[in-house]
Amino acid sequence: MKPTAIQRELDKILPLVKKPGRYTGGELNQVVKGWEKTTTHLALLFPEVYDLGMSNLGWMVLYDMINQRPDLLAERAFLPWTDMIKAMRDAQIPLYSLETKHALMDFDIIGVSLPYETIYTNFLTALDLANIPLDSRRRKEDQPLIIAGGHATFNPEPVAPFIDAFVIGEGEEVILEIADAYQKWKRSGALKNTLLQSLNGINGVYVPSFYRPIYNHDGTFSHLKKRNPSAKDRIQKRITAKLPPPPTNLIVPYIDIVHNRAPVEIMRGCTRGCRFCHAGFVNRPVRERPVQQIVESMEKIVSKTGFSEVGLLSLSSSDYTNIVELVNAAQSAFDEKQLAISLPSLRIESISDSLIDALAEKRRSGFTLAPEAGTARLRNLINKPISDQQILQTAREIFKREWHTIKLYFMIGFPSEVMSDIKAIAELSKAVRDVGEKVIGRRAKVHASVSTFVPKPHTPFQWVPCLEERQIQEKIEYLQEELRGWGLKLNWNDPQNTIHEAWLSRGDRRMAEVILRVHEKGGMFDAWQEHFDFQTWLDAFQETGLDPAFYAHRARAQDESFPWDHIDIGVQKSFLQEEYKWSKEGKTRPDCREQCYACGVLSAYNQRRRMHPGEHWMCPEVRSSKHPSRKPQKGQKIQDTSHENPTD
Amino acid sequence: MKTQRIRIHFSKTKSMQYTGHLDLRRAWVRTFRRANLALSYSQGYTPRPQLNMAAPLPLGFLSTGEIGDFWLEDHYPMNTIQKSLQDALPPGLRINHLKEVSDIHGDKLPNLVRSALYHVSFFSVVSDLDQHLQDILHQEQIKRERKGKSYDLRPLIYSLEVIPPGGEAKQLVEMHLSHLPGATGRPDEVIRELGVDPNHTQICRKKIILET
Repeated sequence: MKPTAIQRELDKILPLVKKPGRYTGGELNQVVKGWEKTTTHLALLFPEVYDLGMSNLGWMVLYDMINQRPDLLAERAFLPWTDMIKAMRDAQIPLYSLETKHALMDFDIIGVSLPYETIYTNFLTALDLANIPLDSRRRKEDQPLIIAGGHATFNPEPVAPFIDAFVIGEGEEVILEIADAYQKWKRSGALKNTLLQSLNGINGVYVPSFYRPIYNHDGTFSHLKKRNPSAKDRIQKRITAKLPPPPTNLIVPYIDIVHNRAPVEIMRGCTRGCRFCHAGFVNRPVRERPVQQIVESMEKIVSKTGFSEVGLLSLSSSDYTNIVELVNAAQSAFDEKQLAISLPSLRIESISDSLIDALAEKRRSGFTLAPEAGTARLRNLINKPISDQQILQTAREIFKREWHTIKLYFMIGFPSEVMSDIKAIAELSKAVRDVGEKVIGRRAKVHASVSTFVPKPHTPFQWVPCLEERQIQEKIEYLQEELRGWGLKLNWNDPQNTIHEAWLSRGDRRMAEVILRVHEKGGMFDAWQEHFDFQTWLDAFQETGLDPAFYAHRARAQDESFPWDHIDIGVQKSFLQEEYKWSKEGKTRPDCREQCYACGVLSAYNQRRRMHPGEHWMCPEVRSSKHPSRKPQKGQKIQDTSHENPTD
Repeated sequence: MKTQRIRIHFSKTKSMQYTGHLDLRRAWVRTFRRANLALSYSQGYTPRPQLNMAAPLPLGFLSTGEIGDFWLEDHYPMNTIQKSLQDALPPGLRINHLKEVSDIHGDKLPNLVRSALYHVSFFSVVSDLDQHLQDILHQEQIKRERKGKSYDLRPLIYSLEVIPPGGEAKQLVEMHLSHLPGATGRPDEVIRELGVDPNHTQICRKKIILET
């Protein structure tokens, strides 16, 4: 369908659907380039509804970068809400790009964001709505190349059959390399397999069809068998050695969206090493942007977009080296313009009084702290060693500065957890409230937000079983009993959502069949409570003969091979093993900004670091000869030899 | 502090057809921020920018005749304001003209609105359209129900007239309807009275008529 025809049909159906502003495009700062004047056309597909997708920074960075190249064009696509999907199907409108209303099918490359696992069925729905075959083997030579990236793809296997090539790690550099390879292939007139071959040659790109998984008799994963001689042994994630200035020409949505603010990433990665935290391991090493650059970018953003709120984003903002200086500089630059600055993800032990002071000027409804666990014992086990005293002291300083509400984030389901650990969540919440009462009286409020721990690949807890539904239910009910009283509020995640995430997080390639079946049964928007249907998933498992408990609730043997072992995040598996062992012994690992503990990242990216020296890189310099750094010769490719080779 | 009051007559075009009333306000606030013109903010715990739209435009309507009042924190020359705003407008807004309102604390716009003029484009031909309109005008009372309340549409209609169509429209009707507190005529209600689904038409507000 041609863009003009799509637009004509849209005009007919838009008045009939909810929030039609999601589907029109045309916002300030969207980039519209001549379709004919550009050689290669990329669609950036975020398979969630516009309101959510427009708040995601990942695609924005790529959109900006791609569109700066004169020969390339990038346009956006999101998954329409269910009413619009139906209306589009009835009117036979395929999924289209917001900028020029081209059918996704007409693009050369579709880059899919897969930031979390519960988006998988949405992705299949989007492909289906675009009339693109889901199975990569069934796609024709002239159909778009489907590439995917995002946090979930650090375990690419559950969606491997649907993707031509994965980008593992950060996309900033590699996306242009992929576009170059595509253009070269297109000019050559060769078959698609030649393109895959050339993509396979790009660092950080994983072509799943070049491998076939082999399983043991007990159903566990054994290894990947190469189906193509050029297939790489391991795929090392890509990183951007030095973060470029953040995008400032951000698209300004007309309708209200989830985070209606300008995102500015101040730092990437985290050195704390919380053992449950996927982002903390896959995003190493830590790289910071300079204060000056951030403030200048904020100024540009305000004059180009007019946003009234800027979110300074990172995994742990209070660990940013010059955080107080940054917040003060930002606030003095924007005071008159009524710009709100939000600073999510603050760590209790690194929130200084001066930082709370700096934030107090732009006081918001609540201050969020994440102790994660109720007892010091468990906090040591997860490597977030904060004492109750520290938490209460920080809470006191916050209440003193006129915040009335403190939100506390907790998780249940950590290894070795007993009921007294759960009780401690309630006790700690009450203690924080009581601190508040002393400072501001009965206005003090504590909201405890409790989710259930899901073991994630590439973390020290990747061997650990996830709680069963009944166990989660029991613990939540116990908390509901315990956490009662004035000023207290509790919310929690549905246990079935937790288990769903647990299946997918550590899934293997066989899981693709389950996802496909759920899709065929109409499953989508699994991250939305009103759409998620647990039973559909159980049915799909049954039909495929896979056991859901095998994926979610099984303790893995120390020497088990994982379906994601070929994805190299820089951190060595032996380091994760040691971390797991330490957790059982109650040993904690200090912040590695101070001292290097040889997780592997530094040696893996030593060369990159040398090519981009500077203070932005927060790993400490290591000069000790004992450090297992494998110093490569100039020009020699770094090969990680310490791991067993999964394809042997 | 409210230092200067300006009145902007503007159009809301296709890019913003599905931008609701509150979102339109935000689009203007962002436009002023981009233009580096400081809007005046209300006092209190949650300060709000001071602006006023004459009449909310229903979702899906286009307009070439919107009016908004904006209070500025400082005083700027009118040509500076015009130029800065012009450069900062999003794709869906167009300024038709603007002027300074000398009475900074005078009557708010919504209290000044008396009636509004609409153009309704029909995308499929309604036979005997003119006759239908005359029939409506000749009735003494038109009982209709909206949001569970029954009301009389007839006194809210000042005039209905077929005029020459343009563009993709097959037929065009100009409607002059009342726009008073508690007595606002909606063009989509008139269209329904004609037996036509408003979704098969395009409504454009041409003018908001203020008390003089």
